[in-house]
Amino acid sequence: MSGNEAIARGAYEAGDTVAAAYPGTPSTEILEHMIEYKDCIYSEWAPNEKVATEVAIGASIGGARSLAAMKHVGVNVAADPIFTYAYQGVNGGFVLVTADDPSMHSSQNEQDNRYYAKFAKIAMIEPSDSQECKDFMKEAYRISEEYDTPVLFRVTTRICHSKSIVELGEREEVGFKPYVKNISKYVNVPANAKLAHPRLEKRLEMLEEYSNNSPLNRIEYNSKKIGIISSGVTYQYAKEVFGNDASYLKIGFSYPLPMKLIKEFSENVEELYVIEELEPYMEEQIKASGINCIGKEVIPRIYELNPEIISNAILGKIFETKKLDINPVPRPPVLCPGCPHRGFFYTMSKKKNRVVTGDIGCYTLGASQPLAALDTCICMGAGLSAGMGISKVFEASGRKGKVFGVVGDSTFFHSGITGAIDIVYNKGNMVPVILDNRITGMTGHQDNPGTGKTLMGEPTTEIDIVEMLKVIGYKTVKVVDPCDLKAMEATVKEAEEATEPYAIVTKRPCVLIKGLPKPKTKCIVNREKCKKCKMCLKVGCPAVFFKDGKSYIEQSMCVGCEVCLQVCKFDAIERVGE
Amino acid sequence: MKAVKSILLVGVGGQGTILVSKVLTAGLMRAGYDVKMSEVHGMAQRGGSVTTQVRYGDKVYSPLIGKGMADILVAFEKMEALRWIEYLKPDGIVVVNNYEIPSLPIAIGKEEYPQGIMEALKSNFKTIEIDAAKEASEIGNIKTQNIVLLGALVKAFQLTEIDWIEVMKENIPAKMIDINIKAFNRGMEL
Repeated sequence: MSGNEAIARGAYEAGDTVAAAYPGTPSTEILEHMIEYKDCIYSEWAPNEKVATEVAIGASIGGARSLAAMKHVGVNVAADPIFTYAYQGVNGGFVLVTADDPSMHSSQNEQDNRYYAKFAKIAMIEPSDSQECKDFMKEAYRISEEYDTPVLFRVTTRICHSKSIVELGEREEVGFKPYVKNISKYVNVPANAKLAHPRLEKRLEMLEEYSNNSPLNRIEYNSKKIGIISSGVTYQYAKEVFGNDASYLKIGFSYPLPMKLIKEFSENVEELYVIEELEPYMEEQIKASGINCIGKEVIPRIYELNPEIISNAILGKIFETKKLDINPVPRPPVLCPGCPHRGFFYTMSKKKNRVVTGDIGCYTLGASQPLAALDTCICMGAGLSAGMGISKVFEASGRKGKVFGVVGDSTFFHSGITGAIDIVYNKGNMVPVILDNRITGMTGHQDNPGTGKTLMGEPTTEIDIVEMLKVIGYKTVKVVDPCDLKAMEATVKEAEEATEPYAIVTKRPCVLIKGLPKPKTKCIVNREKCKKCKMCLKVGCPAVFFKDGKSYIEQSMCVGCEVCLQVCKFDAIERVGE
Repeated sequence: MKAVKSILLVGVGGQGTILVSKVLTAGLMRAGYDVKMSEVHGMAQRGGSVTTQVRYGDKVYSPLIGKGMADILVAFEKMEALRWIEYLKPDGIVVVNNYEIPSLPIAIGKEEYPQGIMEALKSNFKTIEIDAAKEASEIGNIKTQNIVLLGALVKAFQLTEIDWIEVMKENIPAKMIDINIKAFNRGMEL
């Protein structure tokens, strides 16, 4: 089982009945596996992480054991309800899974979300493999209910996406706790919040006591020359390197830290190391309590760790390797052949002064060469709202031209809507472009409010992006097939000249959606007509490249979108297979 | 106690490296090993460089390896072998598909596909060169290159005691199984 699969299984065995999430690598598969238990767990893709967290919190107040799952940056979106729910405490157990991404395999930053537990004052658990993912989930719900606290369940890419053997257990049918109206607990007006805060501080003291005695925190004494404190997957790396040549304090319950246990451990080993990925979260607290240890002096604080890095850092032992004299050419991710985003970005790339603000999704790849047609990518939704800020500055500084802001369909529902409203309300000189490919693409095809299907597999109301934009106040909402380059160019020109709010929706499904009709035609280069002008290479399609001095289209990759065909001035690209 | 072995599989998004790791993991588990497999999803998969790691033995701690730790490197694409070669132990084995997929800088003419990779590999490591595209085409489906390589890996690493046909049946859709069994057997013969 992968860690994600095991987290879903753990929630199931613990008697969870509600789960909500917004997809985000490396957390997505948690909910995708949750639907294996749809007979007893209600699961949903929420429009964003804040909504997912609030749904799960509501379910907890309603009496269910509930879960919300998201990637690390999703917790930023969801932070608001978490901080206040910490004051309130739970009814049914509530677990928030944060899946961090050290090394940024698929993320815009590598923030260390362990600080959220300390910041929001909630209990934190860190499993170190799939078995612990499953087992610790059960303990998470138990702690949540016993100590009346939300629990942050922190995992990382290597936990989520590593598979290891898991022994399964039975589901514990905990049912629902009775719902009792409790205004002083659940209505955080200042008077109630003031009473809640001291309760929260008291709870943290009790949790620290628990931490010192928790089965999740354990000492393994071997050779006492070196003592290692670590948590999460880092513990496994350390075991790999040191085996029985070191003693370990393995932390599975990491907020509040078991300070008594740490002190005891530190007194029994000669040299104490704190090995942790990213920030010195534990090290800071350990040093602040006056315990000597070595941590970030030797262990890198950026990117993910592995046994080789740890071995090198602490033992100075370098694994022998052989390097060859030839250097590989980088292989950056690219928009797929036939990707609907290509037509839009190609159109934008033709004029270099066009400013396009974007954000998170497959369309971030519009920034890569040779298109290079994206100016910014900050976070979900910023494609519209950051563009708004830029447009205001351009107006003031006299720079000509409208800003185009792009979001995908799923991102529009996530947090693009608010930006779209801001543009109309505050009269932004910019054009929102919704790149509607009918799916949540980058995370591997999850449904969203625009697809007409729920995570549970039921048909539902398909929310109409065009109608929404009209209701917001866009006088023109132009729907265009982005692979029709003439129409795309004409639409962009019209948008640039429009004097009233104008929005564009590019509508064409992602070519990877299962069940779509297979393309009947492909494109092929007529080698005699090819003039070697390389125009077709400017669309950045992986199926189109130069071979033996002329353009060539790899037939096993081409899906016949015909963007390259429209770009060729010499009609050297032809449609075949009709 | 058997020492832990580490297999590093590298390729390009869409080549089926993850399926091979899945089959490999299932087979090793069936043989009673403790197994850990690690893969990366998301943006990396969109035509980018893809790696998965499979580690097995009596007891495996880390799912992840660093430089100089792999016993065998299975490269589904030639330039990817080059990219990850430092992860191989100096006495490790390379199984390399003699197959080129130009990355974007090459496709748009900004860079050249590096020459002499196979020779460099052969003069430094025990190298098993496989023309998986040719083999897969011959049996009738070029997309089974990945399973040809699995066959070659099983042979190179002497994992033949495991019933791989049965494992494949459990992990590959029924309508694709016959051609994949053929591909596997072809890989074993090479």
